[in-house]
Amino acid sequence: MAVLVIAEHDNATLSDATAKVVSAATKIGGDVDVLVAGKGAGGVAEAAAKIEGVRKVLHADGDALEHRLAEALEALIVPLMDGYDAMLAAASTTGKNFAPRVAAKLDVMQISEIVAVEAPDTFVRPIYAGNAFMTVTSSDAKKIITVRTTTFAAAGDGGSASVETIDPPAGPTKSSFVGEELSKSDRPDLGAAKIVVSGGRALQSSENFEKLIEPLADQLGAAVGASRAAVDAGYISNNHQVGQTGKIVAPELYIAIGISGAIQHLAGMKDSKVIVAINKDEDAPIFQVADYGLVADLYKAIPELQDELAKVGFAKV
Amino acid sequence: MKVLVPVKRVIDYNVKARVKPDQTGVDLANVKMSMNPFCEIAVEEAVRMKENGVADEVVAVSIGPEKAQEQLRQALAMGADRAILVKTDAPVEPLAVAKILKAIVEQEGPELVILGKQAIDDDSNQTGQMLAALLGWPQGTFASKVEKDGAAVKVTREIDGGLQTVALEAPAVVTTDLRLNEPRYASLPNIMKAKKKPLDVKEPGDFGVDITPRLSVVKVAEPPKREAGVKVESVAELVSKLKSEAGVL
Repeated sequence: MAVLVIAEHDNATLSDATAKVVSAATKIGGDVDVLVAGKGAGGVAEAAAKIEGVRKVLHADGDALEHRLAEALEALIVPLMDGYDAMLAAASTTGKNFAPRVAAKLDVMQISEIVAVEAPDTFVRPIYAGNAFMTVTSSDAKKIITVRTTTFAAAGDGGSASVETIDPPAGPTKSSFVGEELSKSDRPDLGAAKIVVSGGRALQSSENFEKLIEPLADQLGAAVGASRAAVDAGYISNNHQVGQTGKIVAPELYIAIGISGAIQHLAGMKDSKVIVAINKDEDAPIFQVADYGLVADLYKAIPELQDELAKVGFAKV
Repeated sequence: MKVLVPVKRVIDYNVKARVKPDQTGVDLANVKMSMNPFCEIAVEEAVRMKENGVADEVVAVSIGPEKAQEQLRQALAMGADRAILVKTDAPVEPLAVAKILKAIVEQEGPELVILGKQAIDDDSNQTGQMLAALLGWPQGTFASKVEKDGAAVKVTREIDGGLQTVALEAPAVVTTDLRLNEPRYASLPNIMKAKKKPLDVKEPGDFGVDITPRLSVVKVAEPPKREAGVKVESVAELVSKLKSEAGVL
């Protein structure tokens, strides 16, 4: 039994999602190898070699892999799967993009966004926006799996695996990278933050997001999230959306402000350890999942919250 | 250019799914069913391409029960030209859907297939990518913008860190994200007109595709319940509880 984990990274830094996927792979059992596919990603390969439980790191480097487009990853991974019984990737927009291509090429039904490993062939995954948890057994010879990383603890960093260089796929493919606009932010990453402050439609404008939600987040060292309604209304960019079709988060503390709590939003945050809801509508569904609910007008509550937090050691920034 | 738009009949977006007491699945008896929201966005995009002169024919296809004709009629009312129903009452997994769609693509010869990035019932997010791989086509998933640029299709994608733009050599597969467009409501005259548009009914066997599931469902259970907590009276009480009781500050 051998499992191939596809590393999540940006050519410079290894995402901690990778160690979480390794932890899911360890639960399946057998030897766990990590594939680092990128351009100039030698440092990432070295970092992957330090993850505990990893047997070896395969490192493929080349122009075709710089942006980890699905077609190039498919070309790289499909032949490698001769030597593996399972492939695991994070259920990120990268993993969701390439994994089904690999599965289709291998004539395998992919198992998406698993939250638990029950046996080497049996997995639990949320369906219907997390309103049901389905346990499935796969009869396919090889398993192609994406992993919801918020539900697995990261593997430790005491490993010392060897790094083996392999050839990148031959180009060109029928898709090419044109450009990207990545949000630059000093705030923690939404997926990894210990505290998330999220705003909803009640914020009413992008100015209010900047004036109210962002300073509160900065005071707490928190990431900024948003409901779909707020993103659709243009108050904040799409990469802040928390929910069924946005990001799935599970921080220590999730503060939902002016968010009513639609099913699809709850699907993205209800595994948070502690949930705080501030909403002026006392019947808002968000209060049904909140550990602490405050019925209040956010325009009054946020400045008060900033003052109270300052008193307990969170200086305003 | 011909555009193929696969659509799926699913539980309505506003209905909360309930697990059956015997844990064999989700109870869909007497539940409102609709077109998957991402599929509506796909239909809208294809129809706009036709209205802008980029596409000349839009063909909608659904794989599902007899009643999926309702969703196909909706696609026709929104502006699709004709429809194909591949009728089956059996559950069809994304891999099998992709294989049937591949056979339809080979018959119909579209230059573009636009479909939803995921269905809100099983949340798999696989079919478009699998179809592209089986056809050997490039893909632009999670699209928030699609432009025809000469022989290429330029797709702006919603990715974890922001937006990414890729150029695809047509023919290609595009999957839709939420902000690609706002689907129209079909007008009454268009709903009436849609009733007369052609709708072919086929079966999976017509395409020689084996739809036997690869995954067997052990059980479908309620998610772990989260109990409602307490309401606090003031911001001061909230901060004090977060610090001393919850220990998260």
